[in-house]
Amino acid sequence: MNDAQVFPALLPALPEIMLALGAMALLMIGVFRGDQSTALINWLSIALLVLVGIVVLQLPEERLVTFGGSFVLDGFARFMKILALGGSAVSIILVSRYLQTERQQRFEYAVLILLSTLGMLVLSSAADLIALYLGLEIMSLALYVLAAIQRDSVRSTEAGLKYFVLGALSSGMLLYGASLIYGFTGTVDFSGIAKASSAGGVGLIFGLVFLFAGFCFKVSVVPFHMWTPDVYEGAPTPITSFFAAAVKVGGIAMFVRATISAFPGITTQWQQILVFVAIASMALGSFAAIGQRNIKRLMAYSSIAHMGFALIGLAAGTEQGVRGVMIYMVIYVAMTLGSFAFIMAMRSDGRNVENIADLSGLARTRPTMAFFFGLLLFSLAGVPPLAGFFAKFYVFLAAIEAGLYPLAVIGILTSVVGAYYYLMIVKVMCFDEPKGRFEPMANDLRLVLGASGLFNLLLCIYPAPLIEAAGTAAKSLF
Amino acid sequence: MTSWPILPVVAFLPLLGALFIMAVRGEEAVVARNARWAALWFTLGTFVVSLFLLFGFDPSSPDFQFEEKAPWVGGAINFHMGVDGISLPFVILTTGLMPICIVASWQSITWRVREYMTAFLVLETLMIGTFSALDLVLFYLFFEGGLIPMFLIIGIWGGPRRVYSTFKFFLYTFAGSVLMLLAIMAMYWSAGTTDIAVLIKHAFPPELQPWLWLGFFASFAVKLPMWPVHTWLPDAHVEAPTAGSVILAAILLKMGGYGFLRFSLPMFPIASHDFAPLIFTLSVVAIIYTSLVALVQEDMKKLIAYSSVAHMGFVTMGIFAGSMQGVAGGVFQMISHGIVSGALFLCVGVVYDRMHTHEIAIFGGLVNRMPIYAAVFMVFTLANIGLPGTSGFIGEFLTLIGTFKVNSGVATFAAIGLILSVCYALWLYRQVVFGALVKPSLATIMDLTPREIVTFVPLVALAILFGFFPTPVLDVSASSITALLDTYSHGLTLKAAALIAH
Repeated sequence: MNDAQVFPALLPALPEIMLALGAMALLMIGVFRGDQSTALINWLSIALLVLVGIVVLQLPEERLVTFGGSFVLDGFARFMKILALGGSAVSIILVSRYLQTERQQRFEYAVLILLSTLGMLVLSSAADLIALYLGLEIMSLALYVLAAIQRDSVRSTEAGLKYFVLGALSSGMLLYGASLIYGFTGTVDFSGIAKASSAGGVGLIFGLVFLFAGFCFKVSVVPFHMWTPDVYEGAPTPITSFFAAAVKVGGIAMFVRATISAFPGITTQWQQILVFVAIASMALGSFAAIGQRNIKRLMAYSSIAHMGFALIGLAAGTEQGVRGVMIYMVIYVAMTLGSFAFIMAMRSDGRNVENIADLSGLARTRPTMAFFFGLLLFSLAGVPPLAGFFAKFYVFLAAIEAGLYPLAVIGILTSVVGAYYYLMIVKVMCFDEPKGRFEPMANDLRLVLGASGLFNLLLCIYPAPLIEAAGTAAKSLF
Repeated sequence: MTSWPILPVVAFLPLLGALFIMAVRGEEAVVARNARWAALWFTLGTFVVSLFLLFGFDPSSPDFQFEEKAPWVGGAINFHMGVDGISLPFVILTTGLMPICIVASWQSITWRVREYMTAFLVLETLMIGTFSALDLVLFYLFFEGGLIPMFLIIGIWGGPRRVYSTFKFFLYTFAGSVLMLLAIMAMYWSAGTTDIAVLIKHAFPPELQPWLWLGFFASFAVKLPMWPVHTWLPDAHVEAPTAGSVILAAILLKMGGYGFLRFSLPMFPIASHDFAPLIFTLSVVAIIYTSLVALVQEDMKKLIAYSSVAHMGFVTMGIFAGSMQGVAGGVFQMISHGIVSGALFLCVGVVYDRMHTHEIAIFGGLVNRMPIYAAVFMVFTLANIGLPGTSGFIGEFLTLIGTFKVNSGVATFAAIGLILSVCYALWLYRQVVFGALVKPSLATIMDLTPREIVTFVPLVALAILFGFFPTPVLDVSASSITALLDTYSHGLTLKAAALIAH
């Protein structure tokens, strides 16, 4: 009996299966019970994500492989899955708050987020090009809809269309790259490519470049970043938080696993690309953010810069580097979700405001809110003792170990430029005279902002568990 | 050994105070009063506990004492604190000046008092942590963390151009420090640990040393500050509230000098030796150039800020002379400057509270209505000049002797700077204090209040005491400095041996 006839082991994919079935069931509930079931579906979705997270943690510790080697559940996959699930769950909390304040009943938000999260889980485990593409499309299709979900808003539909057209283009490039790689190595399996790739060859590198173009688009780094500010600004704020946090986790998971496990033989080749991409993203993100007046656009440029920083770790191409990327992503997700909870709470006179100038004097009108957001801003800038410092510390540590000195020096200097625009927001909040007064923060937003702020503040007391968990997870890729 | 962790208590008691003050609720006036008293008691308490360090310290041992070690980040990076004879004086200086700063802000800070006191207490924790950290990453954490409260102190309670100044302060210092961070990482990979006590004994490869040295130099030169990266300091001083200026001049600047002593000299002896001419040049330029610049200032705080840059020039010169007198003089000069320049900024604060300006031209003839103030100001002006019998003299004299043995030309130029410092300091004193009191706005100005006298008494006493009897500071640091110089010269002999072997 050959492999194809054996029914594959489903246990490693249990989280994905549960999530898929659960999402479909919730979709049915929504379809048959109509929009009044929105609140129920939101809470059930969060419960489902938590349940899936527990299952991920309960699965056997060792490396599990199934579906003919195209699906791997190892430490790295577990780590990224938990992170993606957490990010998605918080985004759903933000969605439900958004629907309440907008007085809307739309159950599709939560279901689409669940489906997109399913794509991320598949991506974290994808061990060949087919599974990778499958996960990517599961994730992206739901995202196109989510970006354009405010059908009546011009900005939202524009964002959705822009994202779809560019996303489709990048998927095309990725597929083209994958087919080239298949053509030159004769396999789609990462370990097979790794064996064949040590011989090198122009064709393979050609394919690699196209593959990277697709990856770069998904994690929105220069030169494939153009969609980010428009989509961030146009999409509803909780959806933006989803784009900025969980989706980035999925993108980085796929980027890291594919690069590390499929192309270890041609490290010097892809290292050049990543060094360029990282420097360009950090520089563009930092400098372009200075001129922004809209806080969501600013967060978009900030996320471009942050992805640049995260890719420093991948550029190192070592175990230390992967550990750095993972630590970076955890802290980045925590900072981002807190920031977006804050942005959602920027409401005065019954409507949302998005301009940085609207924050003036917040430290006096809403001191607690300003305190926590201030913490996040200093953390985003990477000032110790906040968590953002540890994130940067570990990626730069890996870059120094790998001998990428120019990258490290340029990167760390752009972080000074980045500090400038984060500090400008602190300045507006703390030094300027108050103009208006925001409405009090809703309790669930307060919870998200508070938890994120405290995480960023208190991580410095005992960061060892996070560092060690990331270290163990990174080991599984090597 | 003592059974309770004195050092972490000293370091984190102010943080506890900050949390306590943040929890204070109620009417604004009540909150302000409670915050002031709580801050005062916590800083006084910290000072009292820090005295245990002083009395329990064994000055004959060059080792780190009161060490505390605990697992922290994982890997080779641990929570490790301890003091030796070089860091202990700075810790005591910090804890001693803090209550004075709180008292000095008693009436001049009238709004957002709770936040102000919180920022100061957090800053105190970070400063003490910087001086007592024995792990590079922990050191960096405290060193950089201090930027946040200082950024807010200047930005919220500062003068009219506070936003520009505080950004300049933050970005200059941040840019310098991140380069040090890269050097720290390189040291981690090279030595496999970030424990300062181990790294001091570690011989870094000679080809790596210049780069590491430059990384640390970028940070400390900005912090100290050395010419030509000193331009943030006058701006920050002018805009900062009085107590902010005191802390900036007395303690934050000393972190740079402390860093040179703790890291550059013992860990990169070869690079320190090779780069010494650069340091000497920059120091001499700082001493002469900034003294000349101080001569033409129209603002009291700016003048004192430029004089600080000049005095820090003596410190760097003495440290990199690498001789016993030079280094001991550098340490003493930093402590003395901490007392004297802190007090000078307090003196400016006194008249600023009354007239709401520190422009020199506004004042004149203050001696007629403020005799006590004139006397106090005179003591510190003379101490700033380095008159024998004041603490300023000892530090400058020792650094000059130490440098003279190594490079007589540098010492000669630096001595010229001493003359210039007499010019600007006495000029300032004459403009502000002497002459007839003709300006109508000053006709009703009042002399020092009892509260202000209380803040000045310990500083006057120490400035004069250390002038006649400098041994307390010199003794505490002597054996640590000897050990430091042993490491330094040992590192140099290794290089010489390697050259011979080639």
